[in-house]
Amino acid sequence: MITIALSKGRIFEETTPLLAAAGIHALEAPEASRKLILPTNRPDVRLLIVRATDVPTYVQYGAADLGIAGKDVLTEHGGEGLYQPLDLQIARCKMMVAVREDFDYFGSIRRGARLKVVTKYVKTAREHFANKGMHVDLIKLYGSMELGPLVGLADAIVDLVSTGGTLRANQLKAVEEIADISSRLVVNQASLKLKRGELQPIMDSFAQAVAENGKK
Amino acid sequence: MRNWLLPEYIEDVLPAEAARMEHLRRQLLDLFAVHGYQFVIPPLLEYLESLITGVGHDLDLATFKVVDQLTGRLMGVRADTTPQAARIDAHMLNNQGVSRLCYAGSVLRTTPSGLAQTREPLQLGAELFGHAGVESDIEVQRLMVKALKLAGVTQLHLDFSHVGIFRHLVRQAGVTSELEQALYAALQSKDQAEVRTLTAGLDATSSAALCVLTELNGGADVLERAAQVLPATSAIAAALADLRQVAQQLQDLDVNVCFDLAELRGYHYHSGMVFAAYAQGYAGPLALGGRYDEVGSAFGRARPATGFSLDLRGLVTALPPAEIAQAIFAPYDHDPALAAKVDALRAEGQIVIQELPGHESHRNELQCDRQLVKQGDHWEVQAMPS
Repeated sequence: MITIALSKGRIFEETTPLLAAAGIHALEAPEASRKLILPTNRPDVRLLIVRATDVPTYVQYGAADLGIAGKDVLTEHGGEGLYQPLDLQIARCKMMVAVREDFDYFGSIRRGARLKVVTKYVKTAREHFANKGMHVDLIKLYGSMELGPLVGLADAIVDLVSTGGTLRANQLKAVEEIADISSRLVVNQASLKLKRGELQPIMDSFAQAVAENGKK
Repeated sequence: MRNWLLPEYIEDVLPAEAARMEHLRRQLLDLFAVHGYQFVIPPLLEYLESLITGVGHDLDLATFKVVDQLTGRLMGVRADTTPQAARIDAHMLNNQGVSRLCYAGSVLRTTPSGLAQTREPLQLGAELFGHAGVESDIEVQRLMVKALKLAGVTQLHLDFSHVGIFRHLVRQAGVTSELEQALYAALQSKDQAEVRTLTAGLDATSSAALCVLTELNGGADVLERAAQVLPATSAIAAALADLRQVAQQLQDLDVNVCFDLAELRGYHYHSGMVFAAYAQGYAGPLALGGRYDEVGSAFGRARPATGFSLDLRGLVTALPPAEIAQAIFAPYDHDPALAAKVDALRAEGQIVIQELPGHESHRNELQCDRQLVKQGDHWEVQAMPS
């Protein structure tokens, strides 16, 4: 049995063509079903529908052999016990620092100000500001980070930005890019050793599909 | 607050599990003993300098630290017994030839690790000092396979790598230690895209070789491919030759031998071949080992060294549950004939539990399936009425 963990929504939608390339089709749509384990056309392959942030954990402990997880999530998790052999080039966006439109971010840095930053990505933010030699106080939020600067909770946010629409709608501007984000195929280390024969064809199909998408 | 609760990832081992672990511990130590590995008991804690010198930053972070009230110096609780064995070999035994040591004891880790996700692994291991060739690697690898088979693990899968290949490539390329660290992390996660980005500034040969490492995993054919695609330097050829010899010499063990040249576990102190054992039902390696010729030099006496260790707590997680040994019940009675019979049964290795007065109603807690019953003037073992 091969178990693949992924989250519903954008990652599931963009992974569906990759799975199809490997000859795997979900028998039910995650949006329509309340099931957390989805069967596929292959009796030896099943999909686990989990929260995006939980994908690395399922794979790390071997509850799933493969997983699709954003680089953002992997950085926060630390990636211990995981292989990340393939950049799937899906669910692409950027990890950015954003502030209120009227806030002078670079001026504050020059003055050596200590900034308050709200984010869901504490590890990423801590590393980024430490590399810049900036002092920050991090406040962890689980969503709607854009509110932070608007209500005086923080000076800046660290969050994923794909089109920038949410930032603009809330009078925020992106001031600094931290990293390019896309989804990765993650593999449990023991699974790759013990089930190589079954996993390798799926991984190869994914790699081929990604390469073809890249040419388009 | 319930003040009897234990910290996270710290647990008691209850009788059934403890009996099995202890049985296995004795079996494994007996196995090591008949192979000539001498048992040592290193201390639970020692000065930090001796504990983590030469083994790198990871083990430092994993080590619990306390201040010695006698000297004011920092001491660490061992997070790995291997460096202690190396210290014993380097400075306590002073053998010129080969010494073989084994150990069994708890180690502490600041964060949960391994199969059992515990902060207190029960580490058993065997280490061989004083021989630099692949023959000693093979000796400890064969011992590891025997140990795991003795424990009841079936369908073993052994994974081999050689950190000398990566070390040689980064030295040839002349990378900074920061880049080396980043490459190490990227290779550990087989992140080829990241390796490609990191090596963009290096010469084409080095860059291509480091990238291709992420793909060099699988069966024995990996070694053929490696010989074709990696630079044909003597260091790499020697590493591949060692790996080839391992594949050949472990053939009779009925284990699945594979290679993964991007595996660099313990890169900071390993110096040559590294290996790990996997099996169905375990989400990670059951036993780990490798060569660490440089660790002894931190203690002033470099000795070639190789060995393996395993965590007994992790090992038993996927083994079938142990049978609970059933005992023989003896009533509370001052009859000398009963005492003699009980002694005779215990001498045979039977568990005999003599009841204490006042607990007749809790007999079923004693897990006895037989009882001693008086027949005339002697005592007989009969089935326990249910």
